[in-house]
Amino acid sequence: MKRFIQVCIVIVATAVAAFAQRGQGIKEIPYDMVPNFLKLPPNLYMGEGIGVARDSKGHVYTYTRSGATRLFEFDDKGNFVREIGPGNYAMEMAHAVRVDAQDNIWIVDEGTNMVVKFAPDGRPTLILGRRPDPFDGLPTTAVFARNANPPLPYRFDRPTDIAFDAAGNFFISDGYGNSRVAKYDKNGKFLKTTGSFGNGAGQLNTPHSIQTDAKGNVYVADRGNNRIQVYDNDLNFVRSITGIGAPWAVCITPGTHQYLYSSNSSPESNNSAQMATSGEIYKMELDGTILGKFGKGGKLLGEFSTTHAMDCRNENELIIGEITSWRVQKVILKPGAAK
Amino acid sequence: MKRGTLLLLAFVALVALPAAAFLAQAAVPSIAYDAVDFLKPPANLSIGEVAGVASNSKGRVFIYTRTGTVNVSVGTARAFAHGPSRLLEFDQSGKFVNEIGEGLYALTYAQSVRVDRQDNIWVVDQYSNMVVKFDPDGRVAMTFGRRPETAGSISATAPATAGGAGAGRGATPAAGAAPAGAAAATPPRGGGEVPAPPAGGARGAAAAAGGRGVARGLGTQGDSFNRPTDVAWDAAGNIFVSDGFGTNSRILKMDKNGRFLKVFGGTGSEPGQLNKPASIAVDAKGDLYVADKGNKRIQVFDNEGTFKAQYANVGTPSAICISPGSHQYLFSSNSNDPDNLDNGEIYKMELDGTIVGKFGSAGRQMKEFGTVNSLDCQSENTLFVGELINWRVQKITLKK
Repeated sequence: MKRFIQVCIVIVATAVAAFAQRGQGIKEIPYDMVPNFLKLPPNLYMGEGIGVARDSKGHVYTYTRSGATRLFEFDDKGNFVREIGPGNYAMEMAHAVRVDAQDNIWIVDEGTNMVVKFAPDGRPTLILGRRPDPFDGLPTTAVFARNANPPLPYRFDRPTDIAFDAAGNFFISDGYGNSRVAKYDKNGKFLKTTGSFGNGAGQLNTPHSIQTDAKGNVYVADRGNNRIQVYDNDLNFVRSITGIGAPWAVCITPGTHQYLYSSNSSPESNNSAQMATSGEIYKMELDGTILGKFGKGGKLLGEFSTTHAMDCRNENELIIGEITSWRVQKVILKPGAAK
Repeated sequence: MKRGTLLLLAFVALVALPAAAFLAQAAVPSIAYDAVDFLKPPANLSIGEVAGVASNSKGRVFIYTRTGTVNVSVGTARAFAHGPSRLLEFDQSGKFVNEIGEGLYALTYAQSVRVDRQDNIWVVDQYSNMVVKFDPDGRVAMTFGRRPETAGSISATAPATAGGAGAGRGATPAAGAAPAGAAAATPPRGGGEVPAPPAGGARGAAAAAGGRGVARGLGTQGDSFNRPTDVAWDAAGNIFVSDGFGTNSRILKMDKNGRFLKVFGGTGSEPGQLNKPASIAVDAKGDLYVADKGNKRIQVFDNEGTFKAQYANVGTPSAICISPGSHQYLFSSNSNDPDNLDNGEIYKMELDGTIVGKFGSAGRQMKEFGTVNSLDCQSENTLFVGELINWRVQKITLKK
C-alpha cells in the first residue's frame, strides 16, 4: 500500500512537472540513431542499461544489471573488449559508472553501498563504503527507507553517482537512503557533506546523478524534487534549475563552452501511459537556459525508456543507457538542422 | 581522551617544539618501514576484503577473502545462503598459484587463515561457524563446528519496519543468537540486497543462554562456535580457537586430534574475561595471547588458560601475531573502524608487553592501513598485513 502511494505520488508529480515546464516553444533538436550500437559476443547479454561512460579513447563502459551486475568495456565502435572485475565484492546492484580524467573507471553500487575505482588496467585501486556484513540481518522485503540518522563520512546508503573536479576531488550523490552529497579528496579522504531530505534550498529528495563543470561547480539531479541543484566546489548551494521534468540523468560536455544535458526519464515502471509526457532530454547552458530538447518515451529505436545514464564527452554524440529496454543507444545530434 | 592526547602530541611534534617531538618519540618510537602491494592476481580473479593472511614455511602466502556475491535462495520456508569467501594461494613474489576449497561448504564469510608448523592451512569462518584444517595438499583434514542448516526463516507476513538503515554495526546484536524468524523483524538497512544472517535455531539460542549452567559467554562445551575468529597451536599441537564475535567470548582448547580439553574466558571485563576476542597467538612456551578487542587490551593466559597478564596500552587490538625465532616479538594492530580513518597503527612489543615501537596509520594509500583484520609475522621484520576496506595485502619490511 505504502509503495502504491509512493508510485502514485511519483506519477502525479511527473504529470504536474510535465505541465509546468518552461517555455512551450522549446525547439526540438533533430537527431539520428546508431542501431545496435553495442555488439556483444554470443551468450553475453546486457541487462538494464544502468550506467554508461566513455574514456578518453572513446571506449564505452557499461555497468549493467544482468544475471549478475557486471561491468563491460566496448571500443568506440561498440565491439566488446572485456569484462572488468568479474565477481567483484562490490558488485550487486549497479547504479553508475563514470570515467575520470586519467581514464580510471569508477563504479557506484547501490546494492553494496560501495564505490570502487579501477585503474585503466582493471585493478581496483580505491575502495569506499562497505558491503553490509551478513550479521546485519536480512529484510524479507525490500523496504524503501530514508536514513533518519546523520550520514557517516565513509558509509553510504544506496549511493547513486560520482563526479570529479580538476584537482581530483570527487563527489558522491548518496542517494536513496541518505539525501546528501559528499566530497572526498583524490586519496579518498572525506572532506565535506551537504544536504538532508526535503525540498528546501540545498535539500535533496533522491539525488540521482551528479556532474561537475570545468570550474568545479557541482550539479546534482534532485530527481524527487524535479530540479537540478547547483553547488560550488565547497558544496555551498548556488541555485536551482527547474522546468525540465524529473532529472534522472545529467551530463556536462567538455571543452571551452560547456553544456548541460538532463533527462526527464519516464517513470520507473515504464508505464506506457506516461510516455507521452516524459522521456525527453534537455540541452542547456550551464546556467539552466534551455537550448532545446530531443526524444520521447518509448521502446523503439530513438525513443527512450527510462534513461538512467548519459555520457556526453562529445557534445553532439551522446551515449544513453536505459533501464527498461536493456540497451545503450548512441545518439547523433544535429543542432545545425534545428527547426 | 587518548586520541586527543595523541593528536596534541602530534601537533606539538610537528609544529611547535623539537624538544617535545623528541619526548613524544621517546614515549613510543616510530619504526621506519617499506610496504609493497603484495598480491598480483590475474585479471579475472577479484579479491575482496582480506580477512585473513598467512605464510607457510616455504614462503607461500594464503589469503582468506570475502569476495564475489552472496547468494540467498529460498527453500521450504527458509532461506539458504551460499557464500562467496575464497581461500587463495600465492607464491613468494605474490603471483597467484591456485585456489583451495573452491565451493567448499564452510567458506562463507571469511575471518582468518593460519598455517601451522606442519604447513597445514586452517581457515576460520564467521558465518558457517566452522574451523577447517586443510593438509598441505589442500585436502580437508579435519573440521570443527557445524554450518547452520539455513540462513533463517522467511515470513511472508513480516511487518515492514522503517528506518534503522544507519544503525551502528557494532551495536547489532549477534544474529546467530536470534530465535528462528527474528530475521523478519530485523530493521532493514535501507534496501539493496543484504546477505542473510546466520542461522538461529536451537544451537544458537543455547549458546546465547550460555549453554546449560555455565558462565555467561562460555557457550556450550566443545566446538559449537558462534562467529569464531581465530585459531592457534602450541608446540604439542594443541589447538586454541577464539570464539568469537557472537554471544560466546571464550577460548576453546582441544588436543591435536580435536578432542575437547577445556573452555575459558567468558563475557566480561575482569582479568581473564573476554569481550569479542578477535585474534590469538601462542608463543614458544605455550602461553596464549588474546586480542581482547571489546576490552581494548591484550590478555595473556598460560597454556592451561590461567590468566597471567594484560596489556591495555595499544589501542583496540584487532589482529595480532608473534614472530618466530629465539627472541619473539608480539605485533598488534590498533585497527580503524571502517567508518573512519582514526588510529590504524601497528605496535611491536616484547612478549612482556613492553612497547618496542609502532608504525603506520589508517588510510587508503600505500603504507597506510584500512581496517587491518590479520597479521602474519613471517619474521621479526617481515609482516603480511591483511586489510578489510582496502582489499589488499601489504608486505611490510621494518627497517632497523
